[in-house]
Amino acid sequence: MSMIKIQKLIHDYIKRDDEGNAAGTVRAIDGVNLEVKPGQFIAVLGHNGSGKSTLAKHLNALLFPTEGTVWVDGMDTKDGANLWEIRREAGMVFQNPDNQIIAQVVEEDVGFGPENIGVPTEEIWKRVEESLKAVGMLEHRKKSPNRLSGGQKQRVSIAGVIAMEPKCIILDEPTAMLDPNGRKEVIKAAMKLNREKGITVILITHYMEEAIDADLIFVMDKGEIAMQGTPREIFSQVKRMKELQLDVPQVTLLAYELRKAGLHLPASILTKEELVDALLGSEPGNSETPESREQKSDASGEPDTEADKKEEEAGNGNQG
Amino acid sequence: MFDSITLGQYYQTDSALHRLDPRVKLVGTFAYLIALFVVDSWVGYLLVALFLAAMIRLSNVPFRYIVRGMKTILFLLLITVCFNLFLTPGEVIWQFGFLKMSREGLSFAIKMALRLSLLILGSSIMTLTTTPTQLTDALESLMRPLKKIHVPVHEISMMMSIALRFIPILMEETDKIMKAQIARGADFESRNLVKKIKSLVPLLVPLFISAFRRANDLAMAMEARCYRGGEGRTKMKPLVYQGRDRVAYGVLLLYFAACIATRVIF
Repeated sequence: MSMIKIQKLIHDYIKRDDEGNAAGTVRAIDGVNLEVKPGQFIAVLGHNGSGKSTLAKHLNALLFPTEGTVWVDGMDTKDGANLWEIRREAGMVFQNPDNQIIAQVVEEDVGFGPENIGVPTEEIWKRVEESLKAVGMLEHRKKSPNRLSGGQKQRVSIAGVIAMEPKCIILDEPTAMLDPNGRKEVIKAAMKLNREKGITVILITHYMEEAIDADLIFVMDKGEIAMQGTPREIFSQVKRMKELQLDVPQVTLLAYELRKAGLHLPASILTKEELVDALLGSEPGNSETPESREQKSDASGEPDTEADKKEEEAGNGNQG
Repeated sequence: MFDSITLGQYYQTDSALHRLDPRVKLVGTFAYLIALFVVDSWVGYLLVALFLAAMIRLSNVPFRYIVRGMKTILFLLLITVCFNLFLTPGEVIWQFGFLKMSREGLSFAIKMALRLSLLILGSSIMTLTTTPTQLTDALESLMRPLKKIHVPVHEISMMMSIALRFIPILMEETDKIMKAQIARGADFESRNLVKKIKSLVPLLVPLFISAFRRANDLAMAMEARCYRGGEGRTKMKPLVYQGRDRVAYGVLLLYFAACIATRVIF
């Protein structure tokens, strides 16, 4: 069975004029079909206004389809009886870390979700401890969230979600307001949950570097899925990505420009190591071991300051 | 500029007061406040001050940290003292132009200042040693009888705890907006009252908009985490009275009785 299945999803926002009367609609999602299998790490890319956040809210039953159907673990989101079970199974982490932490102490915030779904007290404590451990925040459990860094706050938010023992976590641009270090922390935590606990992760982002290790990438544009495939398939199409107003990882772009300049390089270079190997004339590693993936994520996570600045600006524009 | 506000801020440490059941602390604070208005003699004030000193000692919160919260009410304190000092009729002991200071005024002003300071310090002890969540839990638990007459007890306590959590965030935001406006030539330093009030508009409008946006985000985040009101909710930290809480109630009762005694005797 698929973790998430979306069929012909359409979502219209109602536009209102100054008096609050409905004055037409804006189509945010236009006929999306997709399927996510349990345990997958999915990245959804797209520029601002491409409908990716709207899509995310459908997966948690925060929005309901105008047309079409969304199934989360076989449950139809339109069916009110499934609502709370869907929200428990598909946890959601939002963009702004300050606006999703409810309690004044880290561990109480992590306990908020389990309290809501009526977990017995001792079990809550166990879950809080496990969740904080899973994101590496156990030593901060007694602290006030106001004293944490952005990356730490987001990791607390993730802990708050996994304390409800979800099968799937949706991260809606969790790193858009963070500095490069915070971004790395959060993505690493999400990755770890995916690898070690087998939780399905759907990461919505506009940082290409974060999508490199995904099993599958969906690229959204104008409410539709414009491209889908493995990171290698997606990022090798540099021109198409530029058309969709998206960047490709720095290294991929460099390889692309070098190839255009006449160098003989493969089209699907994603990491520094691969580029170095290719430039030195050796075969880029096609057969991947977990270790090589691990190293890869470390290397590719290294931020390029120039690109970061650009992306930061794009991120700021998106907060509205 | 907002660093000085400690009211409503939890100070994280471990102490006897921190471990106490929040209901005891809430009831205790009320008892303390009532006692403060019961006492009227110097002996009474001494008793209250000693009790407060003992509590501060027990709370393990640095005294300087507690006093910082006093800064915000310094102005209020000054006004009260001045009014009492010069406007209380009685035996004149000092005169300057139309300003007359009376003996009664002097003792009244000192008592008033003492009372206000003790009041603020006492209540900040509670908020410094109790997390807002504990506090609202205590409120919820103490107000539970009101549920029978359809008072939304859980909702009220949830709203309060959220409000408390967002105070520092909104403070920081105010500071940020203020700096942004100053950078664009806004004048918050003006002594002209009309100008001062006018300068608040570009501060409050963005602040309110952002507060509403935060509220919206937070509501969605809470819903996403299955929040649906108080029904069927369990507690991570349920309130259970321990031996030390009973002892604390005993101490409170003694203290309260002593305060009444000073009123009767002196």
